Amino acid sequence: MDTINDQDIDLRVRLGTLSLRNPVMTASGTFGYAGEFSHLVNLHRLGAVVVKGISLEPRPGNPPPRVVETACGMLNAIGLENVGLQGFLEGKMEFLRGINSRVIVNILGDSVLEYGKLAQQLTGVDGIDALEVNISCPNVKKGGVAFGTDPSMAAEVTRAVKERTDLPVIVKLSPNVTDISVMARAVEGAGADAISLINTLIGMAIDTTSRRPRLANVIGGLSGPAIKPVALRMVWQTARAVSIPVIGIGGIATAEDALEFLIAGASAIQVGTANFYQPRSAESIIDGLTAYLKNQGESSIRSIIGTLQTDGS
Amino acid sequence: MPEFQEKAPLLHREVIAADIFRLTLHAPEIAGAAHPGQFVMLQINDGMDPLLRRPFSIHQVSAGGNIQILFKVVGRGTAQLAGVLPGHHIDCIGPLGRGFALEKKDRLCLVGGGMGIAPLYFLARRLLQTGKMSEKDFVLLGARNREELSIFGDEFSELGYTVQTATDDGSMGHHGFVTELLDPILPVMKRVYTCGPFPMMKICADKAFTVDVACQVSLETHMACGLGACLGCAVTGAAGGYLHVCRQGPVFDANEVAWTR
Repeated sequence: MDTINDQDIDLRVRLGTLSLRNPVMTASGTFGYAGEFSHLVNLHRLGAVVVKGISLEPRPGNPPPRVVETACGMLNAIGLENVGLQGFLEGKMEFLRGINSRVIVNILGDSVLEYGKLAQQLTGVDGIDALEVNISCPNVKKGGVAFGTDPSMAAEVTRAVKERTDLPVIVKLSPNVTDISVMARAVEGAGADAISLINTLIGMAIDTTSRRPRLANVIGGLSGPAIKPVALRMVWQTARAVSIPVIGIGGIATAEDALEFLIAGASAIQVGTANFYQPRSAESIIDGLTAYLKNQGESSIRSIIGTLQTDGS
Repeated sequence: MPEFQEKAPLLHREVIAADIFRLTLHAPEIAGAAHPGQFVMLQINDGMDPLLRRPFSIHQVSAGGNIQILFKVVGRGTAQLAGVLPGHHIDCIGPLGRGFALEKKDRLCLVGGGMGIAPLYFLARRLLQTGKMSEKDFVLLGARNREELSIFGDEFSELGYTVQTATDDGSMGHHGFVTELLDPILPVMKRVYTCGPFPMMKICADKAFTVDVACQVSLETHMACGLGACLGCAVTGAAGGYLHVCRQGPVFDANEVAWTR
């Protein structure tokens, strides 16, 4: 077997028209607006940074307590606290333009109209490479049913965003559905350029002494290594159901984790909760992918994607 | 302000009381940059239980690049940390957050309750650099009993402060709340620094406000990252809205905090 040098290793991946130097991104809501990590992480090495979800107006978030640790994971009910569109453009973009990684802006809204407005106003802003649409939010006009649990609403949001931007549009799916492939096909049909999944799984925890919920919001989103097998299954199902690129998210902390998602069919991955407890996770995953390819005698990460071997499928 | 991640060897492990431990870690970069009131996030182990780092205020920085943390075993994380023996390495991130404003004003008072004593010792040491302490500068310490308190009383006394103590069981000093010791001295104080249980700090803040004495408080909350990313460490601000303990704190002016909860 020929020896492969580091410089021959090709980690580049393509998500529609969006090209990345490597498939490792930081997940929305776990990496702030990147500046929070500037002392601890080499921000210029990442495939992409996905910033904390932005709404049209600033949101204060939920009352505390907002986070609670669970077995190999954590629950959060932050309540989508963010600086709002103006605050983001005026206060965060300058720093983001200075990092030599792709910048993907996660957007969220209460209505289809709000998603459309966000897409429009973020388009043409220097330094933004793509949008990621968080559809795990309640649709205020439709009685608070999450956009991400209704295929027609998910498609409607996707269309509204696509109509108002020429940026690549990634739709981030909620796992809190019966059949993920239905949601995936709905947003693909509405024009999504890529799909990312999974967002958090809804869970809860109770303090038995006080008999009160551990989160003020009672329920919250479960993330971390605890959810990885569920995420991997859903990524595999989604990759089989659609022909657009899939980005795997859910409990990824090591290169081994990332490789499982790539083999299952993800073209790229996002590191989420691991950023909280090991800020250099994304960097170590990039190093680990390089080492894996050398070990396997492969030169391109693209030759790993979707190579799951199963009997009879 | 610079932040570092270091694999710090554990040099000393002191058992202060049955469930109270003091660890000395060699973390020269963190030690060199640390300011009183700032904290470190420690990874308890390399596994996933517990998953998240734990925040600890910096108790002491010593020559040679060492930091100390002081903690009580209150859950799974601290129980495991208490079992780490010298020679092992602990992954530390810090120094994090906004610390105390160091301004030597004659007649200052440090009020610590329980493990809230931890950051006050670093503060008391660093305040010496701003001017000599006198018997008119006070340290008030409260804890459950003598066992938890006696070592700290001596350590603060050596710095030149007047130390008064209060215990829940009356085994050392005043039998009652440490905040009761504030009443006779507060009117002549210029500044109060406090760290401890929320109700204790609330009483300090109220008393200081009443006599118009500046008061700085160091808050404690659950937090996932300590870096300003998770936004999990919200507390309610006096002006409405939320404050984030990790980046805007952990030290706040008492008037910034909503004390009703």
